[in-house]
Amino acid sequence: MTARAVAKATPEPHHNRHSAPQSFWRKYVFSVDHKVIGKQYLALGLFMALVGGFTAYLIRWQLAWPETEVPGWSYVEPDFYNTMVTMHGTIMVFFVAMPILLGAFGNFLIPLMVGAPDMAFPRLNMMSFWTIFTASCVLMASFFVPGGAAAAGWTGYAPLSADPVYTGVDWGQNLWILALALEFSSFLMGGVNFMTTAINMRAPGLSLFRLPLFVWMQMTAAVLFMLSVGPLIAGAVMLLLDRTAGTGFFLPARGGDPLLWQHLFWFFGHPEVYVVLLPGFGAILEILPVFARKPIFGYRAIVYSTIAAGALSFIVWAHHMFISGIDARLAIPFSVTTILISVPFAIMIFSMIATLWGGSLRFPTPMLFALGALATFLIGGVTGIFLGSAAVDIFMHDTYFVVAHFHFTLFPSALLGGFAAIYYWYPKMFGRMLDETLGKLHFWITIVAFNCVFIPLFLVGMGGHMRRIYNPLQYDFLKPMQPIHEFATIAAIVLLLGQIPLIVNFFWSLAFGRRAADNPWQANTLEWATTSPPPHENFAAVPTVYRDAYEYSLPGNATDWLPQHVPGPALKAQEQAA
Amino acid sequence: MAHSEHETRVFTEQPIGRVGMWWFLASEVMVFGGLLGSYILSRIAAGGWAAETAHVNTRIAAINTLILVTSSLTIVQAHAAVEAEEHTRARKYLLITVLLGLGFLCIKGFEYSIELGHGFTPASGLFWSYYYTMTGLHGLHVFAGVVVNFVLFLLAGGRRWAAVKQRVEYAGLYWHFVDVVWIFLFPLLYLA
Repeated sequence: MTARAVAKATPEPHHNRHSAPQSFWRKYVFSVDHKVIGKQYLALGLFMALVGGFTAYLIRWQLAWPETEVPGWSYVEPDFYNTMVTMHGTIMVFFVAMPILLGAFGNFLIPLMVGAPDMAFPRLNMMSFWTIFTASCVLMASFFVPGGAAAAGWTGYAPLSADPVYTGVDWGQNLWILALALEFSSFLMGGVNFMTTAINMRAPGLSLFRLPLFVWMQMTAAVLFMLSVGPLIAGAVMLLLDRTAGTGFFLPARGGDPLLWQHLFWFFGHPEVYVVLLPGFGAILEILPVFARKPIFGYRAIVYSTIAAGALSFIVWAHHMFISGIDARLAIPFSVTTILISVPFAIMIFSMIATLWGGSLRFPTPMLFALGALATFLIGGVTGIFLGSAAVDIFMHDTYFVVAHFHFTLFPSALLGGFAAIYYWYPKMFGRMLDETLGKLHFWITIVAFNCVFIPLFLVGMGGHMRRIYNPLQYDFLKPMQPIHEFATIAAIVLLLGQIPLIVNFFWSLAFGRRAADNPWQANTLEWATTSPPPHENFAAVPTVYRDAYEYSLPGNATDWLPQHVPGPALKAQEQAA
Repeated sequence: MAHSEHETRVFTEQPIGRVGMWWFLASEVMVFGGLLGSYILSRIAAGGWAAETAHVNTRIAAINTLILVTSSLTIVQAHAAVEAEEHTRARKYLLITVLLGLGFLCIKGFEYSIELGHGFTPASGLFWSYYYTMTGLHGLHVFAGVVVNFVLFLLAGGRRWAAVKQRVEYAGLYWHFVDVVWIFLFPLLYLA
């Protein structure tokens, strides 16, 4: 009897109980281990961030010193500028923010935080990574096809995207659509996995309201993505057919309507903002109580607010279209829902601030990034209320004010939140501590330079500076604002160079960093209950959960933290007193 | 696929495959929802498309509807047979479901050939763009379901009965979904 026949005759082992893989390929490349897949996502996202950062450098240089030779590159031609703007948005949202926040940290942390040995569907998980890997390859390949990469904006507005005559880009746009379709299917697979894992694989005692908020945020993000991306997948199919099969869904000349694309895109687009934003918030919400040594303020209020914000995000999409030619009467209901969405977010922000209030604060790098994200997100959120009002939006639309607002929402949540997550969970992921000095250097350069890039852009936006123009010097009324552009560009270059400490720190610490303890931050959630890095299948024995995730400074307890899995008082101090 | 491992930690008392399947179907509902919504709004905006819909073949589509609804019945029978541990009957009904699905696709292909023969291509106007996109996407889903059901039919004959058992239910959920989509497509494209 051959080994294979023996294997077939024995009962199939449970798919989660796979034995530790031995060969290099199964262990590090085609791995079904959620921890390895999480690291693969992280590597992919960080690599794509370098590409996306370089596109930002070319855009900013062109805006500050138009049509001069870019150091390290040649001239930026007008068509190429359009490509850069398009690819910057596409890469940063779909291939940096989502892979890092959902792919890397969602994958790595959800099974650990719920006390599971792996994801619910490990092979599906592997497939979702290799699908987005393929999508990234397709997107990168589109730079090298005749005609260059997509140039219709990251929103792919029809008819620009629907007919090659407008942008001169033929195959690049087709590959862009294909790459996005693959990316969407990758995160759909991921979403199914996240939801099923969080719903079904929780350790005994881990009820929904004992879940770490990070898991809640990932769950909400997964639901939002799964319920919003469908119409855009249909839209992507229609757009591709418009380009290749002669249909006319979005082309007026063939009876179609370009506005339909905007509806389909933004129906997805606004929930997508929260798909990227909520996991970043989740990381911040994990970090604040740990370094304030206080329970999270208003756990349930945060959960309900998240769900409310998610639900509202489905009925705000036309605020992107106030001047696109929609019925003017629609502006009022969409303004109202948009401004309404600030209420749940205000609750979340106030809960974060209240968590800090009276805590014994510590300021290692993850806490600095979390606080930085909180402070800068406030500016993004408040300027969003300006834009949500149709009357203001009509003036601000398609100006640099919108660009600055957008970057002030997504940069804090996705990048600052993502950095906070990297500094906080790196010890768990790699078993080493990151260097604090380099980390703090990275933080201060990033936070100062970021504000120096985008606060000036609010000003030029209010001055009426249109976005997506190639050369601002062609307009007399924009010329006085040119020094502001130059300042923002210098700051942007500093911001990009400021990421070098992170890269150095990341690789140096992998080899030479101080070895991490199992629970270096003295935190309560389950991922700290296992070794750093966790072994195959995560936990030596299935952990049992006895209490909420944020029991810090519990009166009568010897230490100021009390992990979820340690037997002891089951209830909150307040509940015991009651 | 045994689920005993998770039963101690499961709060929902649902097997993970079922939970995953429902979430997958929820996302699929949104794909077709977006397409159907776009179609309805475009049709209203274009003033009804009465002239165009006169050229689709309601009779063939009605036969196809009957075939697909019958296949929903047979996959339920397959599931019932699986629950009753009757291997042969389960295989029989899986095979019938596969054949009905293939029948649907063949008839749909025949219908396409008639329409293309009359010169109606996806480029013949917005109605035809929608018609071919919607039925084509649905057809791809039917094809995927046929493949899945056929694989289960093959597996159910071997020693992998344990692996097949629960998957028949999940394949059935998907197959019902494909049917329900057609139940929306038939009136929207042929009857209205």
